[in-house]
Amino acid sequence: MKDEEIRLKCHKIVGGYGEGEALVSHEPICFYLTDPKTGTVREKTHELAGKNLANKVLVFPSGKASSVVQIDGLFKLALHNLAPKAMIVKDVETVLIVSAVIAKVPLVDRLEKNPFEAIHTGDMVKVDAERGTVTVKREAI
Amino acid sequence: MNLTREEERMLNGELGQGTQSAIELLVAIGDAYDAEKMIPITRAHAASSGQEGDLYFVELLEKGGAKCRVPTSTNPVYDIEFFHGLFEVPSDEAEVARRVMEAYKRVGAILSWSCVPYLTENIPLFGETVAFSESSATPYVNSVIGATTNREAAQSALAAGVVGKTPKYGLHIKENRKGTVLIKVEATLKDSFDYTLLGEFVGKQVGFGIPVLTGITRRPSTEELINFCAMSNTSGAVSMFYIPGFTVEAQTVEEAFQGDDPKDKIVVTDAELERTWKELQTADGKIDFVMLGCPHYTLKQVAEAAKLLERRKIHSGVSFWICTSATTKTLAKRMGYVDTIENAGGNVVVDTCIDEPCWSAYRDKVGMTDSPKCAYYRRFKDVVVAGLVDCVEAAVKGKYE
Repeated sequence: MKDEEIRLKCHKIVGGYGEGEALVSHEPICFYLTDPKTGTVREKTHELAGKNLANKVLVFPSGKASSVVQIDGLFKLALHNLAPKAMIVKDVETVLIVSAVIAKVPLVDRLEKNPFEAIHTGDMVKVDAERGTVTVKREAI
Repeated sequence: MNLTREEERMLNGELGQGTQSAIELLVAIGDAYDAEKMIPITRAHAASSGQEGDLYFVELLEKGGAKCRVPTSTNPVYDIEFFHGLFEVPSDEAEVARRVMEAYKRVGAILSWSCVPYLTENIPLFGETVAFSESSATPYVNSVIGATTNREAAQSALAAGVVGKTPKYGLHIKENRKGTVLIKVEATLKDSFDYTLLGEFVGKQVGFGIPVLTGITRRPSTEELINFCAMSNTSGAVSMFYIPGFTVEAQTVEEAFQGDDPKDKIVVTDAELERTWKELQTADGKIDFVMLGCPHYTLKQVAEAAKLLERRKIHSGVSFWICTSATTKTLAKRMGYVDTIENAGGNVVVDTCIDEPCWSAYRDKVGMTDSPKCAYYRRFKDVVVAGLVDCVEAAVKGKYE
């Protein structure tokens, strides 16, 4: 079996390039509820509870929580070099866009396939927001 | 997005780096929402917070020479001088707050440090296009005043204030201001705390949406509307709502739904409000402090608190705080309310809110408040939530029964 690699079109929201291991969340994310010094998700009831989102390519439906805490949360992760390398979302809102701009994290949406089917946790993902492409590489089992 | 020549010049940095950073953010937002163009705004409210992310952006703009092109007010941070000696504020956090306040001054903002600037320092008119962040401000401005704003972040609102424009998307477009869910109010709404519970309940039920409320027969007061706005936009994301007949934009339910039939209907009875209230409590009995003014108390609310505290003494084991704006405190002082509250052993504090590091001494304490929003952001251990009268009684007795 060979490694599988697919390239998908997407829509740039915040430009830049980032690559890393995918971490998929089906629930919205509040960055304030992660440990700013490690990147571990602290929200006890969250599906990513205890997982680390530092330097991952994060795939999630949308952001949540108030603007003040969301922006400060992602910014603090970025200060410690623990922000995600890139973010792929389904629904954007103003607060998440501002968070990504300020933390300088590439952010894209409108993947040409359902991101939760096309990308699995553990895949290697390259997000080229400038060119509007997402490349997903899955190791053969 | 189609930019004008002037907007292109801003984006190229010809009008300074600060303005460039501001318009870059607005263009990113506009592109994300497929906005066709920018539209002028007449005023903005930046929900400044005195935290690091806030500091980074306001300094980026002001060090790049940016100045607000339209009146832009600011949210509570905290007065370091006032809290110095009262509590220990971590010095790095105090330094962040000091720099934030300096930077907003240099960027030419209105230093209101208030979360209800739409009452006094920065008041939109019907039909104005504005950019107002802050939980109560966004829905109040859209619904009660009938100006248009999106659910802005502090930074996007500040950027809009600096550029004098915002991308045309979301609630700046009429069809997006259509009601999404019908709320039939069967509960008796006696006072402003009932509106607090109603907001808490509706926000949770609606999540992201535009509720249309029917069944309200008495005109809600300013304070009741503020509470509904703050709570529904904290427990949910309610940027706008309608109470046809009382809010300005739609006179009938049909008009609020722009002719469509509402898909979802939610009924609110006294039982829902009672349950909502119970779910907020994490403690009872002895309390360590009372925190009122989230959102900032109006002059009328400060007067009510003063009347309840006349010739009474707050229990020695309880600290009593009312947060308000500097403008309101000036009038409350002039009218004798502040003296009454202070004589009873309470404090009226300006420029700050519970969600600030200056209250870190209360981390392990039990607080009582009339605001679920204050409880939600709580920087303290346990909370009792009840109306103003109960808060004052508990403050005097030292416990809530």
